Amino acid sequence: MIGTLDPKIPPGPLAQKWRNHRDHSRLVSPNNRRKFEIILVGSGLAGGSATATLGELGYRVKCFCFQDSARRAHSIAAQGGINAAKNYQNDGDSVYRLFHDTIKGGDFRAREANVYRLAEISNNIIDQCVAQGVPFAREYGGLLANRSFGGAQVSRTFYARGQTGQQLLLGCYQALCRQIAAGTVRMFPQTEMLDLVIVDGQAKGIITRSLRTGKIDSHAADAVVLATGGYGNVFYLSTNARGCNVTATYRAYKRGALFANPSFTQIHPTCIPVSGEHQSKLTLMSESLRNDGRVWVPKRKEDRDKPPGEIPEQDRDYYLERKYPSYGNLAPRDIASRAAKEVCDEGRGVGPGGRGVYLDFADAIKRLGENIIRERYGNLFEVYEKITGENAYKVPMRIYPAVHYTMGGLWVDYDLMSNVPGLFVIGEANFSDHGANRLGASALMQGLADGYFILPNTLPNYLASQMGKRPSPDAPEFRDTEKDVRARIEKLLNVNGTRSLDSFHRELGLLLWDKCGMSRHEKGLREALQKIPKLREEFWHGVRVLGSEQDYNQALERAGRVADFLEFAELMCIDALERNESAGAHFRQEHQTPDGEALRDDENHAAVFTWELQGDGQPPKLHRETLHFEIVHLAQRSYK
Amino acid sequence: MNFLLRIWRQKNRQTPGKLVDYQVRDISPNTSFLEMLDILNEQLLDRGEEPIAFDSDCREGICGACSLTVNGEAHGPDHPGAVCELYMRKFRDGATITIEPFRVGAFPIVKDLVIDRSGLDRIVEAGGFITARAGSAPEANSILIPKHDADIAMEAAACIGCGACAAACPNGSAMLFTSAKVSHLAFLPQGHPERESRVLKMVSVMDAEGFGNCTNTYECEAVCPAEISASFIAKLNREYARAALRRSAGE
Repeated sequence: MIGTLDPKIPPGPLAQKWRNHRDHSRLVSPNNRRKFEIILVGSGLAGGSATATLGELGYRVKCFCFQDSARRAHSIAAQGGINAAKNYQNDGDSVYRLFHDTIKGGDFRAREANVYRLAEISNNIIDQCVAQGVPFAREYGGLLANRSFGGAQVSRTFYARGQTGQQLLLGCYQALCRQIAAGTVRMFPQTEMLDLVIVDGQAKGIITRSLRTGKIDSHAADAVVLATGGYGNVFYLSTNARGCNVTATYRAYKRGALFANPSFTQIHPTCIPVSGEHQSKLTLMSESLRNDGRVWVPKRKEDRDKPPGEIPEQDRDYYLERKYPSYGNLAPRDIASRAAKEVCDEGRGVGPGGRGVYLDFADAIKRLGENIIRERYGNLFEVYEKITGENAYKVPMRIYPAVHYTMGGLWVDYDLMSNVPGLFVIGEANFSDHGANRLGASALMQGLADGYFILPNTLPNYLASQMGKRPSPDAPEFRDTEKDVRARIEKLLNVNGTRSLDSFHRELGLLLWDKCGMSRHEKGLREALQKIPKLREEFWHGVRVLGSEQDYNQALERAGRVADFLEFAELMCIDALERNESAGAHFRQEHQTPDGEALRDDENHAAVFTWELQGDGQPPKLHRETLHFEIVHLAQRSYK
Repeated sequence: MNFLLRIWRQKNRQTPGKLVDYQVRDISPNTSFLEMLDILNEQLLDRGEEPIAFDSDCREGICGACSLTVNGEAHGPDHPGAVCELYMRKFRDGATITIEPFRVGAFPIVKDLVIDRSGLDRIVEAGGFITARAGSAPEANSILIPKHDADIAMEAAACIGCGACAAACPNGSAMLFTSAKVSHLAFLPQGHPERESRVLKMVSVMDAEGFGNCTNTYECEAVCPAEISASFIAKLNREYARAALRRSAGE
């Protein structure tokens, strides 16, 4: 079915590709736009900005989200900031440098053309958000303020206290509200996409379930856009919101869309450590804290139970500063996470269970005073105190890595269209820009670049050939897909087992964390691939889901998501096994440099791995998109 | 720790609800309030009883989904913070804890502890935005905003849209919510072109949704997880008066 994967990268020099492409793309004229219906699934930064922008352009848009309001999408929880190459600090930043940092941070596993476009657009995003009234931090003279983030040697991050994601999302949400009032957008809150409808090989609609009433509906459209975020919750414990799931993208995969690099999952170095079995989620402490906090553990494991104040300076190991002197505590996320795991594996971890390292503000408080630290990070210190009961102005924070973001996602071409014509994928849900590791403050940038600026310019390229081709939601393809959806729900409710949903999800999460987490090896991955199908089998015989499908039934909605995670986890492990190299967040123990850094194999693995479903019992088929680097010189990443 | 929970159960909007008693045992003090409800739901499932429906998503106090009244207080006793940020170490061992949904006429109950807060979305739809088309924004640093104004705008913009203000208010008023958005946008120069129509429309929709008026009891401010100051309500009143006056003067 799939020939060679063509990313459709426009010709010409890197810096002119995006402009050339726009100059030659097809358009839809203003009076024809209202004749097109677009489905947007997800209302976060990518989905919200795309919906608002397409509505403004005059398309008729339906936007779906599972939350009770578009404003609650998980983008809202992003703390630290958003990158842009404005060079307001006069510290040597440029579009090229942001591009290069992002490619390098991603360990050379992203497309040059996409990342360059992202860096170019970053500046427009800041302009757009300021115009909308996003209250970014400012200096006394009224200019915008910046701070620095991991993986960069310039200050290019714009922020709104520790609530940057919230403020950017509210900007999108307000723009979306304006379109709802204008009648261009219809919002469907508490409505979950359960399947993708393909008509004549093109994505032409979705099947949804109202979480409020249980009603199943068919929605037809001229194009379908998924902006459904990442799948970090496959690990059960992650920094994602409880509702985040893989269902929309996985259902699309089951209908023929290619899933790219599913094993690329980001483990964030600064999260509050796990405190017990009851825990339902992990809480991130923004990476921005690493600007002023120093990470350390005791040099000797005998000291690890001592109160930190009793460990003198000479007995502390500031291991990031020691190993990476030029980036120090601002080493990229994958590197900082692995370094924390390493010192804990050596038995030097602190706190209950020994899975924690200190993030210490004592020096910064001495240098700047408590007030400045409070102004910069006050809300994060409050969150920390609420969860742990400890005052981080007095004792160092304890942190440990946790699952945070997924670089993998559905494969898309330069237009952000998947291999299924008419199916577009934006934001975290696609695989496009972060390679094997995302740099801090780049997720917000990508979500908004996709939604405000890229999709509105590339979607017409497809729509222009689709005039009048929208099927009726009564077409047989919709009826058949709807039947599949109903059968699946019925099956879930009829298992009538004895084991709870959470216990399956937890078991899957622990298995993945162990075998397909911060470091992976062939034997472990093969073990996981043995165990996951067994667990899935047990699930379909033993899970207990109560209640009815025609009701507000939170257990049923979660059961469907866990069922998809149980299939998707296998795809992650297959991908991790196939990628026989280390790259960014994907660390295969077999492939490391003598000092323990990720060792890439550019000759055989400078490629995107995409997977095509082969049907029952068959392993998925691999298609590779070779990455061509014209500008960037592939090198061993060094942050030393 | 052990607790006796008295929880509001209600099948749907039409059926009357009631408080039902549940015992929970051996809860770690480091368990969050919502995790305790997760544990209870697992136990109910074991007994073949339907779990308690309640809203939550981010579980770190920013998405605004969670909406419980704990012992009569919106979001419970640990202010400021959403109920997802409440930990059991804040309670006495053996305590009886009453858990209800937010009680506001304009937030009908959907099921158990879940309410319908779409009225808040409609207030924003009425005008809680700045019209700024993607593609036509000026260079960001061409708009200078004194730090003080930007900081106040941020304080107002921090609202998480949970609706606790209305739940705590004896009049079921959403004035704190509405005032936060009106103030956020009124303190910024970008918000000035639509300043008057915004406040007039938002207030009229707020009234039409059935939210009450403000009588200065300040309960809203006391429970607000985002620490939105009630002084923004004064700002809302000034903005409203200014807009109404200018309209009536034919400007």
